[in-house]
Amino acid sequence: MNEVCFKNLNEKEPWSLATYEANGGYSVWKRVIKGEFTPEEIIDELKVSGLRGRGGAGFPTGLKWSFMPRNDDGQKYVVCNSDEGEPGTCKDRDILRFNPHSVIEGMAIGGYVMNASVGYNYIRGEFMEPFYRFENALKEAYKAGLLGENILDSAVSFDLHTHLGAGAYICGEETALIESIEGKKGQPRFKPPFPANVGLFGKPTTVNNTESFASVPEILSKGGKWFADLGVENSGGCKLFSVSGHVNNPSNFEVPMGTPFKDLLKMAGGIRKGKKLKAVIPGGSSTPVLTAEEAMSMNMDYDSIEKAGSMLGAGSVIIMDDSTCMVEALTRLAHFYYDESCGQCTPCREGTGWLYRVLKRILDGNGKIDDLDLLQQVGSNIMNNTICALGDAAAMPVESFLRNFYSEFEYYIKNGKSMVKDNV
Amino acid sequence: MISKKAKKQIDSWTEKYPANQQSSAVMEALKIVQLENGNCLNPELIQEVADYLDMPGIAAQEVATFYENYNHKPMAKNIIRICHNISCMLNGSDNLVSHLESCLGVKTGQVTPDGLICVKKVECLGACVGAPMMQIDDQYYENLTAKKVDEIVKSLRKEGK
Repeated sequence: MNEVCFKNLNEKEPWSLATYEANGGYSVWKRVIKGEFTPEEIIDELKVSGLRGRGGAGFPTGLKWSFMPRNDDGQKYVVCNSDEGEPGTCKDRDILRFNPHSVIEGMAIGGYVMNASVGYNYIRGEFMEPFYRFENALKEAYKAGLLGENILDSAVSFDLHTHLGAGAYICGEETALIESIEGKKGQPRFKPPFPANVGLFGKPTTVNNTESFASVPEILSKGGKWFADLGVENSGGCKLFSVSGHVNNPSNFEVPMGTPFKDLLKMAGGIRKGKKLKAVIPGGSSTPVLTAEEAMSMNMDYDSIEKAGSMLGAGSVIIMDDSTCMVEALTRLAHFYYDESCGQCTPCREGTGWLYRVLKRILDGNGKIDDLDLLQQVGSNIMNNTICALGDAAAMPVESFLRNFYSEFEYYIKNGKSMVKDNV
Repeated sequence: MISKKAKKQIDSWTEKYPANQQSSAVMEALKIVQLENGNCLNPELIQEVADYLDMPGIAAQEVATFYENYNHKPMAKNIIRICHNISCMLNGSDNLVSHLESCLGVKTGQVTPDGLICVKKVECLGACVGAPMMQIDDQYYENLTAKKVDEIVKSLRKEGK
């Protein structure tokens, strides 16, 4: 537990440069500057490590870095996505608060590998405490000569800046994030071209999640194989899981991939007294909900969660006990996507509104039995018909809530009230 | 009018971007100007920001209306932004909203008669393991209870007087 991003968590002022360096921080960066690693070697090591994008998509980080046209002339950019905002997800906030230097070092290494001399860390506008922490860490790193021009008298230069958001979940989508850094509305771009070819300010750009960058220094320090062996096949390393909801000890836990869900639940103090586990959303609000039985037999890795019927996503585990009304829970999620749709694609802009309004109608006791078919229809009309994944993210919970808890929705419509609250 | 001080703050943001990309600073520029103007923007101010950053007024207007954190009508001195999304809901955020409404005597979105406090229900603020939670200015308040909320409101009122 706590071997990579949370390595220094229990130290005094874990966010300080002194603590970071005392625990081996920036030693990889210094070796990189001295030319001890070639960019190709670093990419290979990341491929061996099995590190997959920690923001939710799970794309192999080494492969992503290899897509950058590093030998082409002109400016290139490396961007960190700290626009954390999917319901259930709050791990990047803690990385920024408690281990900001690991993000800086990871981004600097990324800059070197991809031949990008400038980086931006996009932090959501509400994260002011993490922002100040990160800014202070940047100041420390510049002062120590670890960032800037000709770092430690080498030919390597890397400048790193923070960009703050202003309240829009969609900016977590990488092309919306790029638009946002350019000072525009955060509306996703059509792909291709991919950011590795045409990204920030029209230049080749790679965007990675905060946790992905923060994992890089430790991977290169201890070796890709070491990291891969922490986890299981196809899910290398360890991962931060935000466990929230109906547990006694909600918290962020950094545990090896493949940890049984039931062990993670135990770490989070288990279900509250007198209650039973009812449902689990394993990867953030956009991933399908699982029943207690499905969850209790899965392990926390990409393949196992997929086999159980959902996705690992950003590792945001939302626990619901048997007092939860699933109609109410789904309505709240539907409201989120309705509120956060950027409005660009019609199926999502209109569909998220339909989903919310139909669910609200049911919740208000005015539902019709046909509404359940209608919800499914609206959901499937959104799926795969939009530029970015927000539409799918809105439709997936609806599909899975109805599939797993259909009778509860039916009961609500027939009786005009919640089955759960009726039984309490 | 954008003050000299605000312009200096805006300049510290434009420095981060390439020479011809100063409009990247528009999001921060709007926040800085909003704060200076009693937590509220208006079309004239948005145009001034656009002029200062040498960008079309409509582009700044788009940003000001797309993102959540800009206000277009006068707001209370303190905005309590309480999360009502799933993890907070499971931990009783709805009860806290009702509690706030009844002890302040206003509904969410309304400003207290003394202009001091307004409660807004907001979507996930990314502190789900500290649910239920809320934000006032830069500060997050986590693991809330009705009692904690009362104390926070009390201290806001004390500061306001």
